[in-house]
Amino acid sequence: MGWLLALPFLLPIATGLLAMAARRRPRQARAISLAGCIGLFVVVVIIFVRVLDQGTIAAQMGNWPAPFGISLVVDRLSAIMLLLAGLVGLAVAIFAQADVDLRREVLGFQGFYQLLLAGVCGSFVTGDLFNLYVWFEVMLIASFALLILGGERAQLDGGIKYVALNLVSTLFMLMAIGMVYGLTGTLNMAALHVAFAEVDQPAALHMLAVLLIVAFGIKAALFPLYFWLPASYHVPPVAVTAVFAGLLTKVGVYALIRTFTLIFPADFRFAHDLLLIAALLTMLSGVIGAASQFEFRKILAFHIISQIGFLVLGLALFSPLALAGSIFYMVHNIVAKTNLLLISGTARRMAGSFKLAEIGGLYRASPVLAAVFFIAAFSLAGFPPLSGFWAKLMLVSASLEQAAYWVAAVALITGALTLFSMSKIWSEAFWKPHPQDGVRALASLSATERVQRMLPAILLVAISLGLGLFPQPLIHFCEVAAKELLDPAAYVATVLPARDG
Amino acid sequence: MESALVLVIGVMVAAGVYLMLAANLLCYLFGLILLSNAANLVIFVAGRLTRAVPPLIPKGQEAPVVPVANALPQAMILTAIVIGFGLLAFTLALVVACYRELDTIDSDHMRLAEPPPDSGEH
Amino acid sequence: MISLILQGATRLLVALILLFSVYMLMRGHNLPGGGFIAGLIASAAFVLYALAWSLREAREALRVSPVKLAAIGALISLASAVPGMLKGFPPFTGLWLFIGGGAGDKGIPISTVLLFDVGIYLAVLGAVLALFFTIEED
Repeated sequence: MGWLLALPFLLPIATGLLAMAARRRPRQARAISLAGCIGLFVVVVIIFVRVLDQGTIAAQMGNWPAPFGISLVVDRLSAIMLLLAGLVGLAVAIFAQADVDLRREVLGFQGFYQLLLAGVCGSFVTGDLFNLYVWFEVMLIASFALLILGGERAQLDGGIKYVALNLVSTLFMLMAIGMVYGLTGTLNMAALHVAFAEVDQPAALHMLAVLLIVAFGIKAALFPLYFWLPASYHVPPVAVTAVFAGLLTKVGVYALIRTFTLIFPADFRFAHDLLLIAALLTMLSGVIGAASQFEFRKILAFHIISQIGFLVLGLALFSPLALAGSIFYMVHNIVAKTNLLLISGTARRMAGSFKLAEIGGLYRASPVLAAVFFIAAFSLAGFPPLSGFWAKLMLVSASLEQAAYWVAAVALITGALTLFSMSKIWSEAFWKPHPQDGVRALASLSATERVQRMLPAILLVAISLGLGLFPQPLIHFCEVAAKELLDPAAYVATVLPARDG
Repeated sequence: MESALVLVIGVMVAAGVYLMLAANLLCYLFGLILLSNAANLVIFVAGRLTRAVPPLIPKGQEAPVVPVANALPQAMILTAIVIGFGLLAFTLALVVACYRELDTIDSDHMRLAEPPPDSGEH
Repeated sequence: MISLILQGATRLLVALILLFSVYMLMRGHNLPGGGFIAGLIASAAFVLYALAWSLREAREALRVSPVKLAAIGALISLASAVPGMLKGFPPFTGLWLFIGGGAGDKGIPISTVLLFDVGIYLAVLGAVLALFFTIEED
């Protein structure tokens, strides 16, 4: 059991090291990395099935009993996040074979990519706050390297901003962890759940909540802490942007959900109110920012921000339906968003630019690509019967349930503006003719490259479509996962050894 | 002793934040070093201060005989120092690369990734 | 900068520093020391060497590329988890093997913890030197 839960980070680390050692032979490194991603996907599927079957599972590293050692815990939320990480990891790894140039491969792209996956998966499986910090750092170092790998001038410029703000976030997190330890004497999350229920110092709780919201909020790109994202997400190769958009910010949201359901007591309204305001402003400012952009990838980057607002909204409303909605939204968003970025990369390969004014004619050049984009984009905007519709429906009905009508209104406005941006991309990039008539057909690419570019996109769009047409199993899963989050007794009992009395 | 250290942490954070607000990237880096050491001290203080009693178990015993210093915060600080060291070294390398490539370490002049709206971007 | 005094002293010092780093590595389990600190000390030796002679000669003295050294070190650390796996313990459970033990003497302890530390030593040495070489190179 311990090995199964450790594999999601041990496997990518080992793969990454091997790929790093083989980086001067890029074909070999790519093969190693792809094999590692397939292995990771198999592992997370096994874990997911195991969790479906048995509920929360836990393991203690180094055979030290909790709360003294580091616990690994996978409940339903962690399991689905791991599954998504494995899926995105695999899809982007396939795409990167076509998209990342050899120069970056020699600099160690595959090694850092695997390290990033290790950090993401480690964050999802750990049941210890300090260990979460360590995985955040692993992820951060890998993302720094991926962002500036290649050393183009724009990359350095964007990289500095990304690095500067994210380092501040980790320091906030470290300070918060120190204070949590001073307050309770433990950092095991399950033990913290027990200890925080007995803490009788509202001032300390409020301060810790703010510190942690700021720390995770910077990671998650929450209003008003998101400035690093539009400054940096459009500078690296598109495969890197896709994996960042799919996984990095989501780890921040995952940490927020974990912290404010498991560690802090459930009746801590202060944090929920703060998160609600931040979530609404994130949704609005992200989508308005996107509406003012005229570049394929920058529009998508701003939409990442607005969708983070939706994810946090479910946590802030804090009802079973809202949390289930958040989890459903997470699944839908990771799949659709990663896919859109992959498509934007293929679109640039064919039309020559990310700038909407300079491209066009993609519908004629490749109806398949256009269809895939259409489904992913309108799913993101929340069109029935696509996956985004069900996600938004759950969140909006959760807010109506609590008579928070203005929350529902903001969600609907955001949806409408998302539709505006997506139609802008559709009409500019796909529908209108190419200004210089310079678009190349998908068929003109080599067969291998076509498969590498289109296979992940079609795979992801099939999942989006499946979730939209048959949402019931996932909705049910999310409801059970939300119930688990709101009542962590089973989680705590699985991690901590049974105590007397 | 705790309160003295807390004051020191406060001063370090204040100085760190002041430095980090400067446009100069080197100033930012120095501020970051101060802030990261302040964070380490927070963990140190959180483990309660015990003077001159290292957490070592004498030969032949199963558990420490006298109350000893808390070893866990020290292990965490060591981890944090290692990670902080790596991140700072990386950031320094990045600043150096920036200086070479962009000819500036003034963040106000770094507008490549986000060109100002009047530069004919659209 | 070529300084005869520095170069002469470095010849002596590098050997001493490297020896000291191994000493720190070995005593690390029960006393202050350990893989990370030993790795830093060892990298100081190579940094000194690079300052006294040149970057190129320091690279040659290291023989393998620092990045490869770091990767190998990390792999060794990971490999220290394998004996625990074979015996069915959770990952990273510490296991000890005592060589040549007699009455009253436990013998020389060889442990997975030591293997882990050796890996860390190489990883830190490689990573620090990779960084140093990159910054110094112009």
